[in-house]
Amino acid sequence: MLSNIGIGLIISVLILSFLTIYSASLDLETSSQTIKKSIYKLSLFQTTFTILSFLTLIIGFLNSDFSLVNVYENSHTEKPFFYKIAGTWGNHEGSLLLWINILVIFSYLFLVFNHTHAKKFRLYTLIFQNILILGFLFFLLLNSNPFSPIYPTPPEGLGLNPILQDPALAIHPPLLYVGFVGCSIYFSAAMASLLSNYGGKLFAQSIKTWVKISWCFQTLGIIVGSIWAYYELGWGGFWFWDPVENASLLPWFAITALMHSLIVLEKRNTLYPWVIILCLSTFILSVIGTFLVRSGILNSVHTFASDPSRGVYILLFLSLMIFSALTIFFMKHKKENYNFNLKSKETFILANNWFMAFFLVTVLIGILYPIFLDVLTNTKISVGPPFFNIVIIPLVVPFMILMAIGPKFNWIKSQNKISYKIIFSILCAIGINLFIFYFFGEYSLLSNLIFIAAIFLILHSFLDIKKNISKKNRYKLPRIISHLGFGLLVFFIGINHQFSLEEDFNLKVGEIKKTDNYEINFQDIKIKESKNYKAVIGNFKLTNLKKNLVEYLEPEIRIYSNPETLTYEAAIKTKITSDFYLTMSNVSRSDYYNIKFQKKPFMVWIWVSALMITFGGFMQLSLKKNED
Amino acid sequence: MLTKKVKNRILFLTYVFFFSIIALFFILKSLNKNILYFSSPTEIKQKEDIPLGKAMRVGGMVKKDSITVNQKNIQFIVTDFENEILISYSGTVPNLFAEEKGVVAEGKLSDKNFFIADRILAKHDENYMPPEIKEIIEKNAK
Repeated sequence: MLSNIGIGLIISVLILSFLTIYSASLDLETSSQTIKKSIYKLSLFQTTFTILSFLTLIIGFLNSDFSLVNVYENSHTEKPFFYKIAGTWGNHEGSLLLWINILVIFSYLFLVFNHTHAKKFRLYTLIFQNILILGFLFFLLLNSNPFSPIYPTPPEGLGLNPILQDPALAIHPPLLYVGFVGCSIYFSAAMASLLSNYGGKLFAQSIKTWVKISWCFQTLGIIVGSIWAYYELGWGGFWFWDPVENASLLPWFAITALMHSLIVLEKRNTLYPWVIILCLSTFILSVIGTFLVRSGILNSVHTFASDPSRGVYILLFLSLMIFSALTIFFMKHKKENYNFNLKSKETFILANNWFMAFFLVTVLIGILYPIFLDVLTNTKISVGPPFFNIVIIPLVVPFMILMAIGPKFNWIKSQNKISYKIIFSILCAIGINLFIFYFFGEYSLLSNLIFIAAIFLILHSFLDIKKNISKKNRYKLPRIISHLGFGLLVFFIGINHQFSLEEDFNLKVGEIKKTDNYEINFQDIKIKESKNYKAVIGNFKLTNLKKNLVEYLEPEIRIYSNPETLTYEAAIKTKITSDFYLTMSNVSRSDYYNIKFQKKPFMVWIWVSALMITFGGFMQLSLKKNED
Repeated sequence: MLTKKVKNRILFLTYVFFFSIIALFFILKSLNKNILYFSSPTEIKQKEDIPLGKAMRVGGMVKKDSITVNQKNIQFIVTDFENEILISYSGTVPNLFAEEKGVVAEGKLSDKNFFIADRILAKHDENYMPPEIKEIIEKNAK
């Protein structure tokens, strides 16, 4: 029953897409200045039907309707209510439907909200967006249909992977999807702009908001994923330079570059071809990321069940997208003359783009090199985290310094500006760094530079905030907050990296382990029964020998029943100055439990500063007037 | 005669060109230093020039009844059904680490029969098998 409704809805969306493309191309020919009412209606119907199809799937999951293969494979009657809903997008087929939902909703919103822009441009955007929608709809119907029926109906479902039954991971996919799929709209808009000759300032204004929306959601999505990895994977780290994490970073670099160069296009009416390239590559990189994750060609800790046939389809679609994008770009783009003064805002924004391009290329090489080597020589390799650290971290130093002083410059031409603020901040930064260096521990020259640059950016941003609040220049605050967030992020990651403690050992129940500063007492274990799992809870008493402080930590080993899986839940005590992190595992039912104890300074501040970067973005969205 | 503008542009492009080459050179150089090669126990046995003490990955199946745990570390045997290697590791294992399941260990070779791991990788999905291990098993099952 639900299967028929779902497939019916999807097919009507498909037909509506064709109709939209058809009537939009007819409307291109007419001389009227406004878009026909019928096209709005078609688009509205399309959106309604897509949302309805998604709701149908959610109802399937809520009612545990196992006549759908997708529900049977990913749900279970005893699963908590919240995870029944989250299960809808916790699998490949359902998440693809979510993907299409976002494509369609953005298509409609773009049509409605950009009514001041040229008719031809809007119609072309609609056409391209619908071609994308069609591509993914066919993929959904032919390869990954969430509404495929199963007969006879099984009495019970297989259940959702317990490691995914987590609040952070329930909201992580929708956030990332709004971020990644949201890029599609300015991919279409860029193509439309080339075809309809609608470039420059007006084009920048039409996509500005959409770029910011997808940037905010992408950033937030990556942060939430990172938080999840921190407490769920049990390594105590938050970024592993894992191929899948890297794949999410690629579009982020491109979109960050785009967000900055878009300002140049809007204010100075130049850099148009470069903005177009960034628009196109952001969405292309998003699809590449999806391809890499879904096809299973990457060996990653985050790889979910994968199927090569999916990869082939996405790859085909991807090559088609890249090919047509490049063809249209080279046919239509016009040469521009650039006369940038070295001391101008545009130069500094370009510098940002250079850095972003460099980071992007580095990460791309790190992802693709193993794949090429495997295909060419059949040697299996993986690129370790040190590669990314060595190549990227040194460049973060000049990057942060430019982040602080760049926005101070005026458009076109500025005077030499070495203000007392810069000198003051640099001197203070060097002082604070020396203080940390002498009192808390020694570290390498590079770390010194990183700390100095980070503190410089932080201090400089604080001075900026102070100045702008007294002047009531609210519209400058979002940028300053985001830049400040980045400085704090680098600073706290640096501190965290330098001063983390880690101890690995095995203990029997009742035994005590002593390290330099801490005594860890494995007091006892108890069993807890919960709705869909049983848990073995360890009771640890942690004593700080120097300060005589006592903490109790209770890590768990959970045995989920559907599907039968073991998970290890870390015990995390979050304090303002540091996190205590303890995981325990047990292999082959031996008496010894494997313990990993970590002390991670300023962990919470890493999240706060990362969220601050996003907050700046959301704040900018909410303000009517932007920085110029 | 070249105008000043053209000269400037040529100069700029040369700078960019050289800078990119230098950047690429450094990227590739550090890439080469930080590659982790993946080997099966059989490959470790057969290769003459395998470097000891360099970071690498070993993968295969955890042999049945081979896991032992003592106060300091966990030891287990990884097999590709032709050859075996003993792996020692200290720390917590991922939740999908178990006997007769695929595993990838990251660490250093102490000698050809003994590997000291500092990271054990396992997957989110219990049905998932790392591509490398799948290949080994398919090869040896024939």
